[in-house]
Amino acid sequence: MVDLRCVLLPGNPSCQGCPHAIGLKALSVLENPIVVVPAGCTTIIAGFNPKQSIDLPVVHVPFASAPAVACGLSKAYDNVVVWMGDGATDIGFSTLSGSAVRNDNILVVVSDNEAYMNTGIQMSGTTFWKAKTTTTPAGKREEKKDLALIMLMHRIPYVATASVGYMRDFVRKVKKASKIKGFKFIHLHSPCPPGWRFDSSKTVEVARMAVKSGAWILWEYDGSFRITGMSRMFRDKSKRIPLTEYLRVQGRFKGLTEEDVRTIEERIDEVWKLLDVLENTINKA
Amino acid sequence: MKTILTGNHAVAYAVKLSRVKVVSAYPITPQTTIVEKIAEMIAKGEMDAEFVNVESEHSALSVVYGSALAGLRSFTATSSHGLLYMYEMCWWVSNSRLPLVMAVVTRTIGPPWNIHTDHTDLMTLRDSGWIIAMAENAQEALDLTIQSFKISESLNLPFAVGLDAFVVSHTAEVVDVPDQETVDEFLPERKQAYRVDPNDVFAVGNIADNLETMRIRREMALDMEKAKGVIDEVGREFGEIFGRRYGLVEEYMVDDAEYIVVMTGAWSGDAKEAVDILRERGIQIGLLKLRYIRPFPREVIERLDDRKILVVDRSFSMGHRGTLGIEVGNVVDCKNVVAGLCGVDVGFEDFKEMFERFVRGELGEVEWWI
Repeated sequence: MVDLRCVLLPGNPSCQGCPHAIGLKALSVLENPIVVVPAGCTTIIAGFNPKQSIDLPVVHVPFASAPAVACGLSKAYDNVVVWMGDGATDIGFSTLSGSAVRNDNILVVVSDNEAYMNTGIQMSGTTFWKAKTTTTPAGKREEKKDLALIMLMHRIPYVATASVGYMRDFVRKVKKASKIKGFKFIHLHSPCPPGWRFDSSKTVEVARMAVKSGAWILWEYDGSFRITGMSRMFRDKSKRIPLTEYLRVQGRFKGLTEEDVRTIEERIDEVWKLLDVLENTINKA
Repeated sequence: MKTILTGNHAVAYAVKLSRVKVVSAYPITPQTTIVEKIAEMIAKGEMDAEFVNVESEHSALSVVYGSALAGLRSFTATSSHGLLYMYEMCWWVSNSRLPLVMAVVTRTIGPPWNIHTDHTDLMTLRDSGWIIAMAENAQEALDLTIQSFKISESLNLPFAVGLDAFVVSHTAEVVDVPDQETVDEFLPERKQAYRVDPNDVFAVGNIADNLETMRIRREMALDMEKAKGVIDEVGREFGEIFGRRYGLVEEYMVDDAEYIVVMTGAWSGDAKEAVDILRERGIQIGLLKLRYIRPFPREVIERLDDRKILVVDRSFSMGHRGTLGIEVGNVVDCKNVVAGLCGVDVGFEDFKEMFERFVRGELGEVEWWI
């Protein structure tokens, strides 16, 4: 495993088993980064003035503004990184899209825990269909948006998905992104123990189950599109773990019917089909 | 060099002369021709800056917040709904104590849609910690913009330069554009209290203790008081170099005036004509033009407490009085006329009649000139 400097210091106020606390470590491979953080869990995790728990320069900004602020900073500095949650991609979607359209020289990492966790588990645009949140107590009725694919369609130089369950893959992607000029986007899957209602010792396990069941797919685009890391072996559906294993471990999916699970599975299959087309089509090799 | 410029182009030239490094804006009438001109000057290589096209005003101010935070002199411009859309960031910038400059071409807030001037948009900045100035004409728009960088950077407070939609923004007038060398003499390199640096691990804007946060607000309040002296000092220095002296207010026949009209913005010019006419008839009337809304020139107004005062407002606070009527009325007794809202034309004949009624004691506490 690569040597990750502990950029998130001990004693920080993240929840037990927090996926951001795992993911943030990857930023240590960047050279002299400035981290821009909009409102979210990381606002709290970063700690109270005059101290802070992130051992990097951090600029805290309003919810919808992060990529634009990073754009401004990028006029003076390289290696400006936005670290934001999925909520910031709802309220700040136009900001994100605008920054991508400009091809700003920044890296945006969306650490996606699939709901507004900092305010107490409210539904977001990336919340899974049927997942229970405090604002969808009967389960979300709408589909989740596929953020990374939306960003891919912005024709930016680098887009990837990643998972806190597979840090080697994530770190490799952060490193690769840091060497590319222009707008880079990494969508990081970040299972949240209190938000998804699973035991706080199981964050990495649940993250891996998402990949092993095929529900979360690791891929990257750098001019060519390819499935990466562990996900490569799960192109073959027979090698995946049953989807129910991944869903059953999470309290937010309590009460799913067999038909619901089948529907989710069909939708996952559709995504795989789409990615297969992309892999076979956008391929310079 | 004397040339003919609209107010918006005067602002654009001032931004160039101030050696701004980053400009970001979103199109909105009647602001747009400021940044179009800037984009053109950059494209022609006449101005050494980066122009960032954004998808919203919220992002326009966010971009220049970022570039200003990194130590680059930065500028944006907006109007009306654009200002309201970026309102959150307005407070973030000022509470961060970050110097930068924004032109606000004052425009009516809808609905119904209306692109013409009133001052309600600019006045929404009053509580936010922005220094707020209002230009009477294209020359003032240029001069105030050049001064704004110096004042903003001396105080670590953002600066909004207001100019009336169309009346100033799109009206071509003779403007004396100073040369680069003289502006460089007047306006030194950018300075600011702090900037973000990749080699310096610290956080900006992270959660702080309540008392600490209140202390930050108090420091802002004290610096805003200090701003009065800085504005007058910079305005005096500007006058020495460029021959046009500035300050918190402009006094027009105020010294011996029994009646004083207080107002701000482009229509002050028409009001001065009306003052002249009444003066010719021997009526001792004068005009106090507020060049600055924030900091509020309270001390100047306090000195007028033995005169009869009329405040003419182009913005209104629903449920109370005209905005400046509240502000001035908080210091001295005054009558308040609310006029010219939503771009309604008010000419010198209106002012003549208005002032005559004021002198005759016919005006109520709050009168709508409609």
